[in-house]
Amino acid sequence: MHSLGIDVLFKGTNMIRLLKGLWVSVEISLVSVVISIVLGLVVGVLMTSQNRGIKAVLRLYLETVRIMPQMVLLFIVYFGSTRVFGLNISAELSALIVFVFWGTAEMGDLVRGSIKSIARIQYESAYALGLNKFQVHYYIIFPQTLRRLIPLSINLVTRMIKTTSLVMMIGIVEVLKVAQQIIEANRRSSPNAAFGVFAVVFLLYFVVCWPVSRLAASLEKRWA
Amino acid sequence: MDVEVLKTYLPLYNEAILLTIRIGWLGILAAFAIGLLGAVIQYFRIPILKRITAVYIEVFRNTPLLVQLFFIYFALPKIGLRISAEACGILGLGLIGGAYMIETVRSGLESVDRIQSESALSLGMTRGQVFFYIILPQAFSISIPGVVANVIFLLKETSVFSTISLMDLMFTAKDLIGMYAKTIECLFLLVVYYLIMLLPVSIVGTIVERRARYAQFGD
Amino acid sequence: MSDLVRVKHLHKEFDNNVVLKDINLSVKKGEVVVIIGPSGCGKSTFLRCLNGLESIESGAVVIDGLPVNPDKNDIYKIRQKIGMVFQSYELFPHKTVLENIILSPVKVQKRYKDDAIREALVLLDKVGLVEKKDYYPRQLSGGQKQRVAIVRALIMHPEVLLFDEVTAALDPEMVHEVLQTMLDLARSGSTMVIVTHEMAFARAVADRIVFFDQGEIVEESEDVKSFFNAPTTERARKFLKTFAYE
Repeated sequence: MHSLGIDVLFKGTNMIRLLKGLWVSVEISLVSVVISIVLGLVVGVLMTSQNRGIKAVLRLYLETVRIMPQMVLLFIVYFGSTRVFGLNISAELSALIVFVFWGTAEMGDLVRGSIKSIARIQYESAYALGLNKFQVHYYIIFPQTLRRLIPLSINLVTRMIKTTSLVMMIGIVEVLKVAQQIIEANRRSSPNAAFGVFAVVFLLYFVVCWPVSRLAASLEKRWA
Repeated sequence: MDVEVLKTYLPLYNEAILLTIRIGWLGILAAFAIGLLGAVIQYFRIPILKRITAVYIEVFRNTPLLVQLFFIYFALPKIGLRISAEACGILGLGLIGGAYMIETVRSGLESVDRIQSESALSLGMTRGQVFFYIILPQAFSISIPGVVANVIFLLKETSVFSTISLMDLMFTAKDLIGMYAKTIECLFLLVVYYLIMLLPVSIVGTIVERRARYAQFGD
Repeated sequence: MSDLVRVKHLHKEFDNNVVLKDINLSVKKGEVVVIIGPSGCGKSTFLRCLNGLESIESGAVVIDGLPVNPDKNDIYKIRQKIGMVFQSYELFPHKTVLENIILSPVKVQKRYKDDAIREALVLLDKVGLVEKKDYYPRQLSGGQKQRVAIVRALIMHPEVLLFDEVTAALDPEMVHEVLQTMLDLARSGSTMVIVTHEMAFARAVADRIVFFDQGEIVEESEDVKSFFNAPTTERARKFLKTFAYE
């Protein structure tokens, strides 16, 4: 019986390589999330606008993101841009573009939902107390919106991290790719390494995402 | 764009979409079955099973489908559990989808006021009758928008099947781009075929959601 | 006359808070008992103990000779003897008026559907709602919903009817139609236990008044008139005073 490959990870720098691979995904996610949150706030507020043109464009944008798998978007940007525009966009930049495109729409929709979810009567009762428009938004609406928004945006982080596993499909060397390389390199000495290595990758993703979603869930409960 | 190229590629894409739809819907069916079962376990707080369900949900909601598929397809055979790529796709989609469906159905069940069951109990119904005649029908109509959203999510997730060498739409597109470099045609067809697969579901979803939000029984 | 409901030394706690202590109460066939008392005095909980929706720590509840125990299988049989009407109506929103009414005669008592429908229509006619039979609950007013809920309880031919503040959620102009229905029931000889805040109604309908405060029965009187005019206990006097304005 061959070993199940956990030992392979302790050979040389394998474990460090794997963690570095994980960091590649996490880094892309974090950068994408930060940009998405900033842009999403703007888009979300725009989504509540009464202007028909703006509404229609944003609706189309949101629906595109809703329907198209992120993988398809990655392919379009990575393979398509070279052919159509003659641009040579790196895989990393392609990933960033796609995840920001996706994340901004998601975040925008969350912002829109949070603003809309505040009852009309909240505005009315605040105005009835004699607050001016700025005060109403600053003291009453904004804090309530934020409380709804923060847990949802934290959830977006975990979704982003999970989705970045796709970047291996356009050739970025992240944790899954590193895992494959390690398994390949040790094919002869430990043919069963796939089990241990992929189990560890599975675990790594869980260890990264789980605490973040717990945090989101507990904030949601506390602020509900 | 070269129309002749599109014509030659069409049969390949047709085959690919059929495969994606077949595996996708079988996976979704599995997900729904798991969702119903898990939600019932959680709703009735069945000891032990309830714990197992909670762990299952956390594990599958906090890892990517791609990693789950790799584990099922490449790792499990090493300990003697070997299944075909198709079965792996269905299983993977069913497992990740199940984790989401449980939450959707459970929150539907829980949104039915407990006093509704009490009023049914006071009419002499057993717990089973209360569940099937009173709670489930109400929970079901409440959960529909969530279920449709999950279906769309899962159909999109099928795009990772190519990594376990299932010849789905992504696989076909990547393969053709690699071989003939007709990138634009390949990507165009890829988008069109995903639209064919997802647009109808999305439209149905929007209608259902609107009806669920603005109307209830009696309209 | 025999006691239809007999409660002996009932004791009930929620998380170490005593909500009902040493309650003793009997209801005879055909009797109308009205329970009054301040909010949170345990009167609604008491009602829910009678048909086993709440478990009890000690003591006994006996309905028509059968002990009530929520964990035993005959609880479903016993509940058929007890009709209950809730403050929030609790009609089933996914079923029409008629479907609401015939659901348990057909599914629980296994009666023929035609037979159940026939009786449902007779009962609906009595409360003036027969033309609403195919409506869904949300298309009805609160008062109409509550009358349907009463019919839904009546069709099971219960030995005793429990009413838990059934007019508390109603608009004032709808209170009367519901109370009138209950008054008609009382006059036709139904056995009823009513929890209410409507003092004038309590006075009109009660054969016996029971005053609850802080989880116990403080005063009980079959002379309803003199209870309202001059209660014997200080606590009841104080409570009744809250309904009067100087």
